[in-house]
Amino acid sequence: MIQVKKLNKSFGRVHVLKDIDLQVNESDVVVLIGASGSGKSTLLRCLNFLEIEDSGEIYIQGQLVDPRKDDLNRVRQQVGMVFQHFNLFPHMNVLENVIEAPVQVKGMAKEEAKKLALSYLEKVGMADRADAYSSQLSGGQKQRVAIARALAMEPRVMLFDEPTSALDPELVGEVLGVMKELAREGMTMVIVTHEMGFAREVGDKVVYLDEGRIVEEGTPEEIFEYPKEERTREFLSKVL
Amino acid sequence: MGFGEIFRSTMSSFLEATWVTIEITALSLILGTVLGLVFAFFKISSIKPLQWLANLYITIIRGTPLIVQIAFFYFGLAQIGINMDSFTAGVAALGIHAGAYIAEIFRGAIQSIDRGQMEAARSLGMSQRLAMRRIILPQAFKRSLPPLGNQFIIGLKDSSLVAYIGVSDLYGVALSEAAANYQQFETYAINGLYYLVLVLIFTLLLNRMEKRLDVDGGTR
Ligand SMILES: Nc1ncnc2c1ncn2[C@@H]1O[C@H](COP(=O)(O)OP(=O)(O)OP(=O)(O)O)[C@@H](O)[C@H]1O
Ligand SMILES: [Mg+2]
Repeated sequence: MIQVKKLNKSFGRVHVLKDIDLQVNESDVVVLIGASGSGKSTLLRCLNFLEIEDSGEIYIQGQLVDPRKDDLNRVRQQVGMVFQHFNLFPHMNVLENVIEAPVQVKGMAKEEAKKLALSYLEKVGMADRADAYSSQLSGGQKQRVAIARALAMEPRVMLFDEPTSALDPELVGEVLGVMKELAREGMTMVIVTHEMGFAREVGDKVVYLDEGRIVEEGTPEEIFEYPKEERTREFLSKVL
Repeated sequence: MGFGEIFRSTMSSFLEATWVTIEITALSLILGTVLGLVFAFFKISSIKPLQWLANLYITIIRGTPLIVQIAFFYFGLAQIGINMDSFTAGVAALGIHAGAYIAEIFRGAIQSIDRGQMEAARSLGMSQRLAMRRIILPQAFKRSLPPLGNQFIIGLKDSSLVAYIGVSDLYGVALSEAAANYQQFETYAINGLYYLVLVLIFTLLLNRMEKRLDVDGGTR
């Protein structure tokens, strides 16, 4: 689905990602964990080319993407993203948020897009708030709409960057619930999260990043129960 | 003579001049808004010469008095063979003046939109242009309305300076009325009243427009 080879990325003189190799298989849920500043967001953002790598190769569905030549707008249609701060469009209501890209980017007819949007809003339990504006929604509701908005482009992969970190604790569950449902349906997902319980339950693969390097990766059991690396153990003892 | 009498005797010329002031303000603000939009885009564009051009324009306009700009457009340009009547020169000077401030208002509003908005739009496959048009500009436009309204009111009052090059606007008429009737106190007070009423009407219209555009309750 996604393959990353020897990816390097610097911001100015800060070398943020170092020789990253990563494989995301179809229908897998890959969870990225690591300390703040370790490069998790940057890696995720490289996968949909919000950040352009300095060197290395990124294959999306077997296709090598050259960000300097290829039409990234096309590539991004296959790679949905959900952000920590939701980033709903505040000047549009919920339904308009969700139909925006299908109509404007794919040229879908409005009526068809509305049907599609409502079905995804239904899935995240927000169909009854289709007329609301984001200022009228709770954080958990905003994030569920943001997930529906990304799904409406029918991407092949979904990226989540700390989707529950900006939420009040009592709202985390409803968002994780939607994500679990997606995983169960076989959506390929790459998730940055501090929710270790969720990672253990839903993840197929857990990847531990430290200072821009993948230190260790494996099944949730391998990482959480039997970590091989000292640094992984140290990190986990702090967050578990 | 009292206020009432001066008010009556100046009314027909002041009312006529009110239209001149409205016309000159409206035309110059349309010109200013167009220039403001264009130069705001120049300023945020990634093309360096366009940025320089915008910076040069804004620096010159903000760094020199409006009255000098008006004199330059009327007297100055006439000397090198560009002849405009005083009305046209006034509209051009006022419009180019307002454009520099409006450019800064638009630029500020566009840059004040959270980066996450552009990123969310791009992550959905929207091009830079499409995201700008559909996501950033509508929000920026709404956010620019209060300062823009403020700038429009300043523009209305600034328009009085074109009396200096002989336009018979509200202030121009006040000058000639006062010179004829020798009642400076009453004449300029009444002149001020006309401006005040125009500003109040203008403010009301702007507030209405803001309310109408405030679909999402104003919060984010
Ligand atoms: N646009 C940028 N310009 C400069 N430096 C950046 C930029 N984005 C990230 N960085 C730096 O890159 C490093 C990795 O950042 P990144 O956001 O990927 O970390 P993270 O693992 O997601 O951290 P967090 O858990 O705090 O979100 C940090 O040192 C950060 O300061
Ligand atoms: Mg991050």
